[in-house]
This record gives sequence, structure tokens and C-alpha cells, in this order.
Amino acid sequence: MTNSVPKTLKYSKTHEWIRQDEDVVTIGITDHAQCMLGDLVYVELPHIETSLELGQECAVVESVKAAADIYCPVPGEIVEINESLFDSPQLVNEDPYGKGWLFRLRPFESTFRELLSADEYTKQVASEAH
Amino acid sequence: MPFIPHTEQEVKEMLAVIGATSVDQLFDEIPASLRVKDLPPVPPQLTEMELSRLMRARAAKDVSALNFMGAGAYEHHIPAAVWDITSRGEFMTAYTPYQAEASQGTLQLLYEYQTMIASLMSLDVSNASMYDGGSSLAEAILMAARTHRKNKTHRILMPATVHPLYRDVVKTIVSQQDIEIVEVPFDLNTGKITIDALEKISKENITALVIPQPNFFGMLEDVDTLTDWAHAHQALVIGLVNPLAMALLKPPGQWGKNGADIACGEGQPLGVPLASGGPYYGFLCCKQEYVRQLPGRIVGRTVDQQGKQGFVLTLQAREQHIRRAKATSNICTNQGLLVTASTIHMSLLGPKGLRKVALACHQNGCALKEKLNTVQGVRCVFPGYFFHEILVEFKKPVETILTELAQHHIQAGFSVKKYYPELGNALLICVTETKTPNDLDQFVSQLERACLN
Repeated sequence: MTNSVPKTLKYSKTHEWIRQDEDVVTIGITDHAQCMLGDLVYVELPHIETSLELGQECAVVESVKAAADIYCPVPGEIVEINESLFDSPQLVNEDPYGKGWLFRLRPFESTFRELLSADEYTKQVASEAH
Repeated sequence: MPFIPHTEQEVKEMLAVIGATSVDQLFDEIPASLRVKDLPPVPPQLTEMELSRLMRARAAKDVSALNFMGAGAYEHHIPAAVWDITSRGEFMTAYTPYQAEASQGTLQLLYEYQTMIASLMSLDVSNASMYDGGSSLAEAILMAARTHRKNKTHRILMPATVHPLYRDVVKTIVSQQDIEIVEVPFDLNTGKITIDALEKISKENITALVIPQPNFFGMLEDVDTLTDWAHAHQALVIGLVNPLAMALLKPPGQWGKNGADIACGEGQPLGVPLASGGPYYGFLCCKQEYVRQLPGRIVGRTVDQQGKQGFVLTLQAREQHIRRAKATSNICTNQGLLVTASTIHMSLLGPKGLRKVALACHQNGCALKEKLNTVQGVRCVFPGYFFHEILVEFKKPVETILTELAQHHIQAGFSVKKYYPELGNALLICVTETKTPNDLDQFVSQLERACLN
């Protein structure tokens, strides 16, 4: 089974996806990541106005069998979090690129470092499988 | 290879590394006066009969005393059935089993324990226990710091009326974290903390306020006012309580407008005997919204595919076998056997029985205080409401009083001089339901004599 990797998004090596809309970016976890974790039961999100550095641990997604940290792929300040996940964490499983987004931040810089294209991310996932 | 892991050579090498000359030197902190030097070794080749007789003779050197010492460890009557049932083979293990769900009986017992202690604290959830009172307070503080993520650095307001040894344990456990423990002085006239004292402290980054109830001096703190003050300053409230007292007093979950957020303390008063300081167990409860930061094991109730009731370890993703270094705690076990005894103790007494015991302790305390007030040379230090402990001050050195009463087989109390020099010759006296009016009279008349001499 192959997981979806939309071409319009950017990706991080640690399985977050990044979408830029004007001056904010939206961040979530990839279809591959949610698939590996299994059914999510809990999502812990950062507080609004928190400043995050590149690679900083900023959220936790928890399934019945595992808990994984989310690493900030773009440095910035949190402006919005997806509060619907507190009651419905399964949205991350059902719609990882849509209703299952985690948080939005205002980036400190206009260019982002160390992000992957859809093709690069697909290759990385394939290499991790071996 | 020898079975004993340390050869003489290895012991020497290890001592050389840490710069000690002998193994005995490692025990230097035990005062020489406390060590038994003249105890002859057990002769070889004794028969069982001879050995029993020798041991009985030696055991007889320990005289039982009339005990008025509390200060965190309390003498209570434990129904004989409690340890009889606890000692059954099915219960006789200190741990939650590794293949937990195969042991439904143990899990059910822990679930019942959690239900009882949470209800006693009037909070939503409890874990399956901690090591002891001091470590449960330290874990409560770490938990508050994880919960209060708005603060980058954490300041914990710690009243000086919290047990001094608990404060030491907290210092040891949290000192390597970004957590500052700020001591709140108590009012020398009332033995309690006041809002005035809190107001004098900087309000920046206050993560939690610890409220002891009753406090170390046995006094009842103004829990409602203190809780509301802390919440008004965006701080969490950690209630450190005597669980038995909660059968009589307002439990942490009902303090102030919104209740304490976390409750913790020493479980020993609920069915665990005094035994040279332990083993005891700690309890830790919280509001539902903080359950994911609650360390340790939690047992949950569920149904299987056929709809039958079953018990499981739940929310395990917080624990170290899954979360590794990021687990909520390094403590992955609990004091299973003591919790078993405690659960059976609570179930035999029931809510009404626990309340009766707590009330008897308090009434005995009131009776003793009245008698102490008549003794020349003794002053009850703090006026006001208390549970079952009384701080008294003597004109004479407290050591003299303790020694004299010990000669009459009375443990008069706990000297607080070392921890609170500002209180002078002060002794903390405790009285529980185990004392009769006759015991109190005997105690007071011996005190009277000791004060006069």
C-alpha cells in the first residue's frame, strides 16, 4: 500500500508536512506517519504565541501503542492550533493533509531550510523501508 | 569465577577509586552512639530450639513504649484481617505483574484502590501509587511543571510548614530541573502560612503552590483562601495531605472555588504498620485534564469482545517502556503490597469507619491539649484548629524531657529543634485513636514530673 504524498506540499525528514499560505505556514504529519502510528488517541499541541526553533519538539501525537514527538520544521511563532483534535484526534488518521492539520505558525524567515519536495520525501520513505 | 560478585581485590579497587579506606567508612554518617558494638555473634551449630530462645531473649531488649511520636508516620490500629488477607499467596507480590492483564485480580485490586483514594481526595483520577509521601510530592511538582507549559522556568512556592524531610526529598529530585523551590515563611503566631507572606513573593513564573493539610505542626491551613489565591495567579495547587484526615476534613478536590489540581501524600496511615520508617507508599491524584502528565501505572476498567468486564493498564504511552527518556517518570512500578493492605484496610473500615478513626484521633488530640495546658513549664505554641498533632514548647531543653520520659517507656514526641531553631525547645506531639484516657493521664503526669525536676 502506498501513502499519499501531495506534490503541492513541502516535507521534513521527520515526517511533518508544510504548506505555505501567504504569511503563515500550516504544519501536520504525513499520511505515512499517521499510518505507522496507528489510531491516534491524543494530541498535545503547543500554546499560541510560543516561539519555536528549527527542530524543537513542539507537539506530541499518541496512539494506543506509541507516542511520537513532532519537531518544528520551520522556525516561527505559533498563531493557531487545531483545537478540534483535542476531542477528535482521529482526524489526523482520517484526513492528515486536511482536517488533521496540527498548528499554524508565522515564520521568522522567508526562506525555509532543510525541507524536502514530494519526490524527495517519497524516496526517503522508500529508503527507510529497507 | 566466584559466585560472590565482589572479591576482596575488587572491593579494594572500588574503595581506592572513591578515596575511602574501608567499607566501614562508608557508614560514617551513622553516629557512633547509635551503632551496636557489643552484640556477640550467634554461636555456631545451635539447635532450632536454642536459637529461638536466644533470639527471644535478644528481642526482649526492645521494649514497647507508649508512643506519642508522629511527624509523618502514625500509629493506628490495623484490623488483624488486613494483613491476613494481604499475605495470601495471590496478593503477595510487591509489583504490578509484567504480563499485567493475565493478573486480573491484582489489577482489579489496584483499580479499587484508585477509586477509593480518588474519592477520598475528591479528585477524578489516581495512579496505582508511588514510593512514599516525599517522592509523591516531588512527582507532583514535576507534573505541575510539565502541565504549566506557559512558564519557561518554574517557581514552586513551598511553605516552611511542609514536612522538612519532604522538602529535602523534593530538593534532591527536582534540583537538576529548571525548577526553583521558593520557601514561604509561616506566621510564628499561628503556625500557618498567610496570604500576606505569599503577597511578598515575586509573582513571576509561579507554577504551583504546595498546601499541606494538616501542616507539619498539625495545624489546619486556610486551604480555600490559599487555593483561590494560587489560581488567581495562574498557579496550580498541589495539596499535600494526610489521607486519614481527609475522611473528616474538606478534601483537596473541594478546596476554594475550583479545587486543588493535584493531591499527594503518604499512604501509611491507611493500614501500613510503623516499621523503622518503611516501607510505606505514596499516593498521587489529579483532575482529569492532567491525567496524561500523571506518572506511574494507571489501571482502567473496560469490556472484552463479549462484553465482559476486564481490567487493563491504561494510558501506557506515558510510561518508560514506550516513551523511553521522555516518560512522565522514571518510576515504573508502585508499592503493590502496601497498596493491597491499604485497599483492604479502607474496604473493611469503609467511609464511615475511616471518619470515626479520624474523629477519634482529633478528639484525643483535643483532650490532650486541654491537659497539656494545665502543666507548668509546658506551652502549646499555636492556637487554632489542628488535627491530631500539637507543638509544645518547654522551659527545659527538649532532649532532657525526651530522655526522662523514655526511661518510663514513653516516646514523648518528635523534636523539631534541628529543623525549626526559631521555635526553641519545641516538641511535636501526636495522639491517635490508639490512646486511652488513662494513657493520656500517664503521659501528662510524667511530663509534669519531668518539667519540675
